[in-house]
Amino acid sequence: MERLIQQASSFAGSIDGVILLVTALAGAWLLLSEGFFFWLLWRFRARPGVKTQYLDGSEKHVKKWINIPHGLVLVCDLFIIVAAIRVWVDVKQNLPEAQATIRVVGQQWGWVFQQPGADNQLDTADDILTTDDLYVEQGKTYHFQLQSRDVIHSFSVPVFRLKQDAIPGRTITGWFEPTRTGTFDIQCAEICGIGHGVMGGRIHVQDSTEHAEWVASNTPVATQ
Amino acid sequence: MSKPLATTRSATGIPTGRLAVWWVLASEVVIFGGLLASYLMHRVGHPEWAEAAAATNTWIGAFNTFVLLTSSFTAVLAHQAAERGDGKKAARFLTYTIGGAATFIGVKSFEWATEIGHGFTITSNGFWSFYYTAAGLHALHVIAGAIIMGFVARDAARNRELHRVELIGIYWHFVDVVWIFLFPLLYIAK
Amino acid sequence: MATTHDAHADHGPQGILKYLWSTDHKVIAQQYLWTGVAMAIIGGFMAYVFRMQLAFPGVAVPGFGVVSPGEYNALVTNHGTIMIFWVAMPVLIAAFGNFLIPLMIGADDMVFPRINRLSYQIFLLSAILILASQVVEGGGFGGAWTAYPPLSSMAEYNLTPLGSTLWVVAVGLEFVAFLLGGINFITTLMNARAPGMKAYDIPIVCWMIVMASILFMLSVGPLIAGAVMLVFDQTIGTGFFNPAMGGDPILWQHLFWFFGHPEVYVVLLPSIGVVVEIVATFARKKLFGYRLLLWTAIVIGVLSFFVWAHHQFIAGIDPRMANIFTVTTLLISIPIAELFFVVFATLYGGSIRFTTPMLWALAFIATFIIGGMTGIYLGSSGADIYLHDTYFVLAHFHYTFFPITIIGGFAAFTYWFPKMFGKMMDERLGKIHFWGTVIPFNFIFIPLFILGLGGQHRRIYNFQNFPELAAMQPVRVLATTAMLVMMGFQIFFFWNLIKTFRKGPPAGKNPWQSNTLEWTTDSPPPHGNWPADRMPKVYRGPYEYGHPDRDEDFWPQDLPPARGA
Repeated sequence: MERLIQQASSFAGSIDGVILLVTALAGAWLLLSEGFFFWLLWRFRARPGVKTQYLDGSEKHVKKWINIPHGLVLVCDLFIIVAAIRVWVDVKQNLPEAQATIRVVGQQWGWVFQQPGADNQLDTADDILTTDDLYVEQGKTYHFQLQSRDVIHSFSVPVFRLKQDAIPGRTITGWFEPTRTGTFDIQCAEICGIGHGVMGGRIHVQDSTEHAEWVASNTPVATQ
Repeated sequence: MSKPLATTRSATGIPTGRLAVWWVLASEVVIFGGLLASYLMHRVGHPEWAEAAAATNTWIGAFNTFVLLTSSFTAVLAHQAAERGDGKKAARFLTYTIGGAATFIGVKSFEWATEIGHGFTITSNGFWSFYYTAAGLHALHVIAGAIIMGFVARDAARNRELHRVELIGIYWHFVDVVWIFLFPLLYIAK
Repeated sequence: MATTHDAHADHGPQGILKYLWSTDHKVIAQQYLWTGVAMAIIGGFMAYVFRMQLAFPGVAVPGFGVVSPGEYNALVTNHGTIMIFWVAMPVLIAAFGNFLIPLMIGADDMVFPRINRLSYQIFLLSAILILASQVVEGGGFGGAWTAYPPLSSMAEYNLTPLGSTLWVVAVGLEFVAFLLGGINFITTLMNARAPGMKAYDIPIVCWMIVMASILFMLSVGPLIAGAVMLVFDQTIGTGFFNPAMGGDPILWQHLFWFFGHPEVYVVLLPSIGVVVEIVATFARKKLFGYRLLLWTAIVIGVLSFFVWAHHQFIAGIDPRMANIFTVTTLLISIPIAELFFVVFATLYGGSIRFTTPMLWALAFIATFIIGGMTGIYLGSSGADIYLHDTYFVLAHFHYTFFPITIIGGFAAFTYWFPKMFGKMMDERLGKIHFWGTVIPFNFIFIPLFILGLGGQHRRIYNFQNFPELAAMQPVRVLATTAMLVMMGFQIFFFWNLIKTFRKGPPAGKNPWQSNTLEWTTDSPPPHGNWPADRMPKVYRGPYEYGHPDRDEDFWPQDLPPARGA
């Protein structure tokens, strides 16, 4: 997966892990079943003089080839269920303690980010408001409060493997911890009108020095 | 036009018309079920709707319930007459049922006119939106049922297609049952 | 029996009126079929336009012009809506259900021919409305086939007030048409069977179409309620789904997906039924596990009611709910896999003839397996956090819907064409068309899996707007090119049709040497299907191929047992 798209958050690796597990297990079944299918087509192609077998569905030697794979599919499913739920609980149910909280507001058609200023408190005078560009610090655990001003949007950062729908009338809380510096795409992941395709944003993950500089130089003048 | 042979067969032993009506009802149950489940979930989440619900007139609702139940009773009498082959009597009882339907709609029109006059429209708030939508959908089914019943009664009076008296009766009981659910939800839960 | 003579003596309307006013199930079947084909061409054209825009952003598309963002959204919305409701359902369920059920059970028509006619008329109206919704002022609805409010419920957000309401009304009418049609399928199968045809002598495709109709009838109700609420929100200002008025947008999602998920099995089951009929006939082999197959289909139908929220994992539902739906969603893979194991067991020991219909049926198996497998990724909640709303979803559902609708549709069409029209299609043209469809299909959608894994989201009209995605443009061009190739090869299908209608060889009654009852009457069947005094009786199941007691490798259902046997 990393070859397609980088991992830049603390949970990206575990989400990729589920994808790889499914690839391994479902992939194995895919190869086995397609292979067996094509073998059947070749082995039992019509040949002159060869009659078909008359099987009515009670033959145990054939039924076991249905029942055994049945059981194996169930076992594979259980592995995948456990892996998927573990990652889900970690990302969506648990909320590690926040080192900073930001507010993300989606609207037709752009993102508004509200970040605490130097006092690390949201909704105080030194908050920094940006549109479409989000600046965060590598290694910090963030909570985001996700809102929408109008229709359903969805806040997604593919390199974080992060996604959460934004519902008007609600505030939904999630978390992330960036692990790699750089600038990456933010995409809206729920169709929101004619501007859905231009609602991209950019997330800038900075190291602590850079980020402190950014906060200092973007803090609203009156509070400096 | 004449009926195909297929219509006369009955591999299950159950008359085809009755099978058809039950399947229609099954799909209708899910429609009203979906609507009412949505209403219930909203109601639970919005305790303030009780205030709005207080403005519905329980007496009118109760009267209409009585009207519908009576009309179902006359539909049963119609079916009994049809079973005995007495088409004219069946048609008469069906006409009483249609009269019950007309009374129901008439009372409801008066009821809604009063409520709208007091400012309770479909857009007033969530409760009233559901109230008019659910009762309205039900009323549409009452009207449609009454119209079909008219055609069945006209045929029955000439002793034709008497088996349809039972079928429209089954449908009518369903319309009644939906109202039995609506009445407490919209008129009693305050 | 005097009544049966009456039934066939009335031949129904003649001449041009026949096409508008007939109640004959075979005519109604063709009405649905050709309407479905026309809608497929329109839906396919929409896909052509938006894939051209994606591959060559901003460039005028031949036959359409420059695609604006609003038009793009309307195209993807209506492509999906049309393909599901006006192609998949009418072709697989209404056309083949209408044509096959009376014939395969030995009846002369459906039990309620006039309701049957009414269902098509309502369906036709719904088709006209959905097309009209594209051209009214303001443009067609562009909020995706899922129509989530508040985007879909408020004109100030969607900017297409007329189009949005017409869209909802069209879909609602289509639902009514299929509810009416379903009554006929279900009651006809239950009651109008030929003497001697017990439940387990019914061909699987008939069971599947009826089960699909039952599944549809039991799941669509809440969405009909929801559609009424949505239209009220759109037109008279109620706030069922408007948070500012105390409503809840997520309510719509639940109502939609409670239907939406069983709906995919509503179209899957008939397609599998078609495949089973074709595989048994051309492998010359008895279906292995008839009852197993039936029970598996019932289990799938029941389970399908308990998986819907896997479409809503990250939608803002309580995260704990997601765990339940991951479990149910992954478990439903087991009965679905079972369906395929039964087909494998049927092929085993057979004597396979690779005719055009058989090629299509086999291609269904090979491609749907991929579609099913990729569903596992999406049902796994942890992975779905990343994959939701990406092109991975799109590729998954095209690897299921395309086999169901297009591959299964061509399988059914090429198999029953001789019976419907009395002529044999050209095998060589058929095979060229087949390969020219199936091979490019894979080159369209495998690239889309890769784009999705790379983080590309859906319903975006130009990926050059996203720096990280722009580099994958060659992949998009590949997919579009493959689509153009595939569309080009459809010419062979229409060429085959025209050639066959003009001078195709006569088919005879039973060109495929199949067992089921439709092959015992003329091709095409007369009004009433069989002479009134020679309606078939049934003596055995539908899949007695290769029976040791017979010299011939098939044993039609209506042949009386040999004397003394």
